[in-house]
Amino acid sequence: MATQPDITRFRITGRQALTIQTVNTSRSPTSHNMLRAQRTASHFLIYTVLLFWTVVSLFPIFWTITTSFKNPVDVLQGRVVPWLQFEPSWRGWRTLGLSPDTILATSTVRIEFLTRFSGSVIATFGASLLAVTIGSLAAYGLSRFRYKFGRIRNKDISFFFLSQTILPPVVLALPYLVLYKHLALLDTHIGLILVYTLTVLPLVIWIMRNQFDSIPSDLEEAAQVDGCSSWMAFIRIMLPISLPGIAAAFILSAVICWNEYFFAALLTSTYSKTLPVMLASQTSSQSINWWTMAALATAAIAPLTLVGIFLENFIVKGLTAGAVK
Amino acid sequence: MSRLNLNYRSNIDSNARVNWGRYLIIVATAGFAMVAFAQLLNSYQIFKIGFANFRPLLFAFVLWGLAFGYAQVLIRGEAGKRLLFILPAIMYTVACVIFPTLFGLYIAFSDWNLSAFEEHHFNGFDNIRFLLKDVYFWNSLGNMVWYVLAVFVQYVIAFGLAMLLNAEIRARKFFRVAFLMPFMMSPVAVSWMVGKSLMEYRYGPLATIARFIGWETPAFFATPWVARFSIMGMDAWVSIPFIMILLLAGLQAVPKETLEAAKVDGASTFQAFRKIIFPLMLPVSVTAVTLRIIGELKLADIVITMTAGGPGGATDTVSSFIYREYRDRSNVGYATMIAEVYLILVIILVSLMLVGANRILQKYGDTT
Repeated sequence: MATQPDITRFRITGRQALTIQTVNTSRSPTSHNMLRAQRTASHFLIYTVLLFWTVVSLFPIFWTITTSFKNPVDVLQGRVVPWLQFEPSWRGWRTLGLSPDTILATSTVRIEFLTRFSGSVIATFGASLLAVTIGSLAAYGLSRFRYKFGRIRNKDISFFFLSQTILPPVVLALPYLVLYKHLALLDTHIGLILVYTLTVLPLVIWIMRNQFDSIPSDLEEAAQVDGCSSWMAFIRIMLPISLPGIAAAFILSAVICWNEYFFAALLTSTYSKTLPVMLASQTSSQSINWWTMAALATAAIAPLTLVGIFLENFIVKGLTAGAVK
Repeated sequence: MSRLNLNYRSNIDSNARVNWGRYLIIVATAGFAMVAFAQLLNSYQIFKIGFANFRPLLFAFVLWGLAFGYAQVLIRGEAGKRLLFILPAIMYTVACVIFPTLFGLYIAFSDWNLSAFEEHHFNGFDNIRFLLKDVYFWNSLGNMVWYVLAVFVQYVIAFGLAMLLNAEIRARKFFRVAFLMPFMMSPVAVSWMVGKSLMEYRYGPLATIARFIGWETPAFFATPWVARFSIMGMDAWVSIPFIMILLLAGLQAVPKETLEAAKVDGASTFQAFRKIIFPLMLPVSVTAVTLRIIGELKLADIVITMTAGGPGGATDTVSSFIYREYRDRSNVGYATMIAEVYLILVIILVSLMLVGANRILQKYGDTT
C-alpha cells in the first residue's frame, strides 16, 4: 500500500527545511536614508493592501447589518454610513417581529423565524455532538492501537474515513430522499442530524487523530500499568488533555452544519426547516424586500460572526490540523 | 499453586465467554434477518404485519450493532474493547454512506420518478444512453473545468494575503480575524448579501462603482461570462480565507534563520520567495489546493440560490444541475445516474490529482 495516495504525507520535513539553496549576489551599497525610505514605502504598500482586503472582507457584512436598519428611501439613495448618512430605524426588524416595539406582541413571522432558528440550532448541535463523539473514539483507536482485519491495517481504515470527503453530496442526496421516505425520516431533526454527522465526520477524525498523535502515550501507559482499562484511560486521562482539539473539531463542525443548505433544502419541508432554507426561499421570491431580507441575513450570520471573532483560534487550529507539522 | 488454579478457572471462563459471544452474534444476526424478512413480506403486501414504514429495520440494525460490539468484547477481551473505539464510526459510515451509494446504483438503473403514479421499473442502460446525449450535463461538466481552474486564482490571492499577514505588521490578530470572516458566512447568506444586494442592478454599491468606472449596464448575471465570473467571485470570497489560513500556518513554520541567512547573502525579496519560500511551501500548497478542488467539485449552494444555472446554463455546476433535475421533474432515477457517473469522474480526477501531487513533491524532494 506504499503507493496509496495519502494526504497526510504533504508536510514540511526537517530535511527539506534544512537543505536550502541560498542565493549569492553581491550587495549594492545603499545609504542608510534610502533603506529607511524603502522600508516606509513598502510598509505603506503593505498596509494599503491589508486595509483594502479588510474592506473586501468586511464590507458585505457591514452592508447587510446596516441595511437591516435602513428605511426604503435610504436603500434607494444608496446611503451607506449610519447616523451620518441615514438615521437607523427598526423597520426591517419590525417585519420580523423582533424590533423593541413588536417584540412583546404576537407575530407569526417571528414564530416562523424562531422555529427555523431553533431547527438550525438543533441540527447543528446534534450533528456536531454525534460526530465529535464517534469521531474522537475512532481517532483515538486509530492513533493508539494497531488493528488488523486480513490485509486491512490502520492506514487503510484512516483512508477509508478520510476518502469520504471527496464524495459529492448529490450522490447521497437522492438515495437519502427515497430511503428517508421509507424510514419516515423526511422533515425530521433526527434525519438531518444523521446526514450532517456524515458530512463532518471525516473532518473530525482528521483533526482528532492529529490531536491524539501530538500527545505522548506515556500517561495512559502508566495508567494501564495501574490497572486502568483502555476505556478508563481514554476517559480519565486523554479526554481532559485533548479538550482543545475537541473544541476545535466541534466548532468547525458547527460552522459547516450551520451553513449547510443542500441537504436541508431536499430533506426538510415544514417541520424541521433550517435558517438557510428559509433565507433561500425568501430570496427567490420576486419582490425582494431589502430591509426584511437584510434583517434575516443578519440573524443568520450573527452567531457565526460572534464565533469568528471570539473563537477564531479554534477555527484556525481545526483548519490547520495536520496540514503543517 | 493458587495462581495455576486461577489460570485454570479463567480458561473455563474465557471459553464460556467466547461461546456466549458467538451465540450472541448468531442470535442477533438471525433476529436482524428475521426483521428484514418480515419487512420485505410486509412491503410486498404478501403478509401484512402492520409496519407503517421501514423504521423497524433501522432499530433492528442498531440493536444488531450493539450486540455485535458486546460480542466482540466477550470473544476477544481487551482487543475487543479496543475494537469498540472504531466500530461505531465504521458502522455509521457503512450504514450511511456505503449502503446509500449502492442503493443509489439500484435507483440509477430505473425510471424512478417520484411524481409518477406507476411503479418504477428497471430500465437497463436507458439512463446512461440519455446521459451521453444530454447537452445540459456536458455543459455543466464543462463549467466545472472553469470553476476548478478558478481555484488557482484563489490560491494566488490567498498566497499574497498570507505573505502580508506573515510580514512584520501591527494588529495582525485584527487582520487575521477580518480576513477569516467570509469563511464563516453561509453560501446562501452570501448569495443575498453579495449577489442580490451588493450587485443589484439599480442600487447596489458594486453596480454604482461599476458605473463610475465606466461600465454603463452593470448587470452581473445577464451575460454568460459575466455571470460565471460573478459566481466565481462570490465563491472566491468565501473560499480564499480557507487557503489563506493553511498557507499562513505553513509560512509561520518556515524557519526565520534561513530567510535571514538568505538576506545576509544578499538575496532580493523576489529571489528569496522563488528559491526558498515557494519550494518550502509546496507541500502545504498542494494540500490546500487539493482540498479546495475537492470542495469546488461540490459547488452548488451559491449557484442554486443565485442563478439557478442561468443564463442559458452558463453558471450550472453538476450538483446544481442534478438538484434542478430532481426539483423540476422529480426524475430521481436519471438524476441519480448523473450523480453516480459524476462520483466516478470525481474519484478518477482526485486519484490522478493525488498521484500527480505526490510526483511533484517527490521530484522537488530529489532536486534539493
